[in-house]
Amino acid sequence: MPIMSYIQAITTALREEMRRDGNVFVLGEDVGKKGGVFRATDGLYEEFGEERVLDTPLAESAIAGVGIGAAMYGMRPVAEMQFADFIMPAVNQIISEAAKMRYRSNNDWSAPITIRAPYGGGVHGALYHSQSVEAIFANQPGLKIVMPSTPYDAKGLLKAAIRDNDPVLFFEHKRAYRLLKGDVPSEDYVLPIGKSDVKREGEDITVITYGLCVHFALQAAEKLAEDGIDAHILDLRTVYPLDQESIIEAARKTGKVLLITEDNKEGSIIGEVAAIIAEHCLFDLDAPIQRLAGPDVPSMPYAPPMEKFFMMNPDKVEKAMRDLAEY
Amino acid sequence: MSTLRHTDLGLSDQQVLEMFKTMFLARKLDERMWLLNRSGKIPFVISCQGQEAAQIGAAFALHRDKDYAAPYYRDMGVVLAFGMTAKELMLSAFAKAEDPNSGGRQMPGHFGQKKNRILSGSSPVTTQVPHAVGVALAAKMEKKDFVSFVTLGEGSSNQGDFHEGLNFAGVHKLPVITMVENNKYAISVPYERQVASKNVADRAQGYGMPGITVDGNDPLAVYKAVKEARNRAVAGEGPSLIEAITYRLTAHSSDDDDRTYREKGEVEEARKNDSIITFSTYLKEAGILTDEKEQEMNEEIKKIVNEATDFAENAAYAEPEQALKYVYEEQ
Repeated sequence: MPIMSYIQAITTALREEMRRDGNVFVLGEDVGKKGGVFRATDGLYEEFGEERVLDTPLAESAIAGVGIGAAMYGMRPVAEMQFADFIMPAVNQIISEAAKMRYRSNNDWSAPITIRAPYGGGVHGALYHSQSVEAIFANQPGLKIVMPSTPYDAKGLLKAAIRDNDPVLFFEHKRAYRLLKGDVPSEDYVLPIGKSDVKREGEDITVITYGLCVHFALQAAEKLAEDGIDAHILDLRTVYPLDQESIIEAARKTGKVLLITEDNKEGSIIGEVAAIIAEHCLFDLDAPIQRLAGPDVPSMPYAPPMEKFFMMNPDKVEKAMRDLAEY
Repeated sequence: MSTLRHTDLGLSDQQVLEMFKTMFLARKLDERMWLLNRSGKIPFVISCQGQEAAQIGAAFALHRDKDYAAPYYRDMGVVLAFGMTAKELMLSAFAKAEDPNSGGRQMPGHFGQKKNRILSGSSPVTTQVPHAVGVALAAKMEKKDFVSFVTLGEGSSNQGDFHEGLNFAGVHKLPVITMVENNKYAISVPYERQVASKNVADRAQGYGMPGITVDGNDPLAVYKAVKEARNRAVAGEGPSLIEAITYRLTAHSSDDDDRTYREKGEVEEARKNDSIITFSTYLKEAGILTDEKEQEMNEEIKKIVNEATDFAENAAYAEPEQALKYVYEEQ
């Protein structure tokens, strides 16, 4: 099985889907000739031409809106937002249009668009190249939000997103692009959207997280294992709508739950996860639900010490896991 | 005797009569909806009155068997011309289950009907412009000879989606026709307080496309402009912006009182140019329509409107639990 980086898995998924289905096309800023600022669309312009790997004007609402129109017609657009931080001008198109298309037309129309965006910090990106924006969209029925944590998941979930008949936001951690490498099968496979995934079986504490933080939790779990603490790690994979059943099951398994996000704490995805556990698992819990998250400041500062202070890392995760285990 | 304008445009007598009849039907349906609203039977109306000529003149210039329309909330004339029926519009007015636009989920005026290639619309204005551009992009990618047609009000031409959509269409030379129905008011705010350029059509220059201002009370003038735009579009010459100058004869909606911001005399003056009257006069002078024929048409339309109203009023609402359906695809 080939070893691939996270970003190679993304590119591979795009290439395979474009070869499989002539209706799939990519649009966004710098996605064509340049192959994307992160090179996620590297080689696609050469293989599929400028019509199917479309360099658009610098205008995010049009990237989303034109994609939605093409999707309504029957195409399978994959729109790229250059950074998740720059999705804001497209929010009206995503929330008022894509999310509500099927519902408002009583199932007559649909908008099967995939919108990819690199999110997350730790790359000296400062306020506007570091944000986690998933919570903005995570109370919008009609949308699905997918945030893969491994190259294997990235390929299988992106292919599923493109084939999905509803709009999917696909957030890729930009630091994971080249940091994470792993086995990715050459063959065609899809992973189910809406299902979480157990990344590590354990008996003592449960960690529920998503995206790059899964990687930090796995690293911390190996250290804790040396001290006899056995962590169970659930990767949400789809952060909206949530896989409630698996969350409840994972929480019940150990009775001690740590929720982790790189996003600001208040109003984040893990708040909803905590609510699900509180509703269903009160008598299974042996400790208060713990949340580890970024501070409630607008975004990640540029200066390295402040960025490090904000950013999630394996040490912070390890400490929180150890504290919970000892509760 | 000089040739008639519609003949010069290649329109048959039958076609112009059909145009007039569709305008008339739109007007009578709209008037009925106001009566239903004022008698407490339907909660909301938003009108096409005063804009029928622009809407129907434009729609008749399109290929209504293959072109796509992305209408805005006043476009009852456009959707009627594209195949939506009086009954279906009344089902929407009454918010009944069989409403093809939304099954009673959206307010009236939020059109959409896939079988007639009418894109579903929302309430935040101008979001339909990029959608129409996306459909036109698909036409270009698939090398098909249809166009997309999108409408909006002049106030909406200030939105970012107007700029982003038209620029995108201009850059990629896409077969999309944008028609601004300039009815002089964005709710209460007049044109001078909305748009800095003399005409909305002037904005086309910035998007690398022709911008044409036409008399929106003249269905033949609008027909001509849209027909030419369509010819350019299918010839690969790209998009066009058309501004049809109209007038909103009613208040913004059934919840608005326009006496607070415009003079009664101004509306009365505009009524003199009401296209239902002026086009009727044209057809009579052309010897195509007579008072007698017009009266017959009136009776026929009254019957259509009555039947549509009765049908929709007696139709069932969706079951309350239907509110839970179709958030996502259901297997």
